[in-house]
Amino acid sequence: MTLTPLETGATLLVLAGVTLLTRALPFWLFPGGRTLPPYIRYLGRVLPPAIMGMLVVYCLRDTVLLSYPYGIPEALALLTVFLLYRWKRNTLLCIGVSTVLYMVLVQAVF
Amino acid sequence: MTHRKYKFPSPELRAAFPRTLPILMGYLFLGFAFGVLLGSRGYGALTSFLASTLVYAGSLQFVAVELLGQFNLLQAALVALMVNARHLFYGLSMLELFRGTGRYKPYLIFSLTDETYSLYCAGPVPPGLREDRFLFSLAWLDHLYWIAGSVLGSAASWLIPFETQGIEFVMTALFTVIFLGQWEGAAPRTAARKDRIHAHLPALIGVGVSLVCLPLFGRDAFLLPAMAVILLTLTALRWQQKRKEASHDPDAS
Repeated sequence: MTLTPLETGATLLVLAGVTLLTRALPFWLFPGGRTLPPYIRYLGRVLPPAIMGMLVVYCLRDTVLLSYPYGIPEALALLTVFLLYRWKRNTLLCIGVSTVLYMVLVQAVF
Repeated sequence: MTHRKYKFPSPELRAAFPRTLPILMGYLFLGFAFGVLLGSRGYGALTSFLASTLVYAGSLQFVAVELLGQFNLLQAALVALMVNARHLFYGLSMLELFRGTGRYKPYLIFSLTDETYSLYCAGPVPPGLREDRFLFSLAWLDHLYWIAGSVLGSAASWLIPFETQGIEFVMTALFTVIFLGQWEGAAPRTAARKDRIHAHLPALIGVGVSLVCLPLFGRDAFLLPAMAVILLTLTALRWQQKRKEASHDPDAS
């Protein structure tokens, strides 16, 4: 489903506003460089990996596991990301190769 | 600070450009992928341009492609808040550096992406250059690459209509790579097994909670409950750790 131009614009504005808020908040809250509350410091350390894990699951939410093709294309592409990352540590290479592999798998193989 | 007249290209811009070359590669590539992905969902170059100019947040924009499938402003706001929470901490470590950047400061704050942040952390301002103009040059060059990449991607998906089925994996791959990087950063592989499990708990909680919430709430609705449960679980984890530390160390106040 595609949103109407008005809905699209509103969504983009909300995203832009909240993003700017997260970037500007520290400069408003701590103008003198005061130290952070420990709980906030803790969230700053643990939230990013947890949210990234959530986003990986979010991306894979339409994977079909219980019937054909049993999530095989996703598993193979993820394995490629993992092995390439271990081997070369190159973000763009990982993304490029695994995406092309996935596209070939879902378009031509499965 | 000298007040010479601004000449294009300024010495600050000349010094900044080579430092941004890795970001040029990365942003053209990822921006392009964003444009193509957006195009595959029926959105054109204008949406792509506006998103990359105004939102200018890589990971969030990829999630936004999905968010643009259903109109839900509250979900969009909360997802943006959680995905961008890390920016709060970039800002905190930039308080010192941005002090005294004057009229450039609002833009420097607006454009503080992961990659630009990494450039600020990468090295000091070359001697003899104005710090504010140097940082500003790094910032707008990166922004320009990102916009250029995404508009080119939109144009490509429109000019060369190719079979885009499966292109959405670009997003999965991006997040997985970031996740793997964070995983490695959380604990050295030489650390004791118990310490490693402990260090990876936040990542495991994120994946685990989402996997439970997905079938419970369904594909369109599980993000909000998942974010809430993740936040609660992480808070409970900290509470439990503090209690443990207190009981181990009777001298702790």
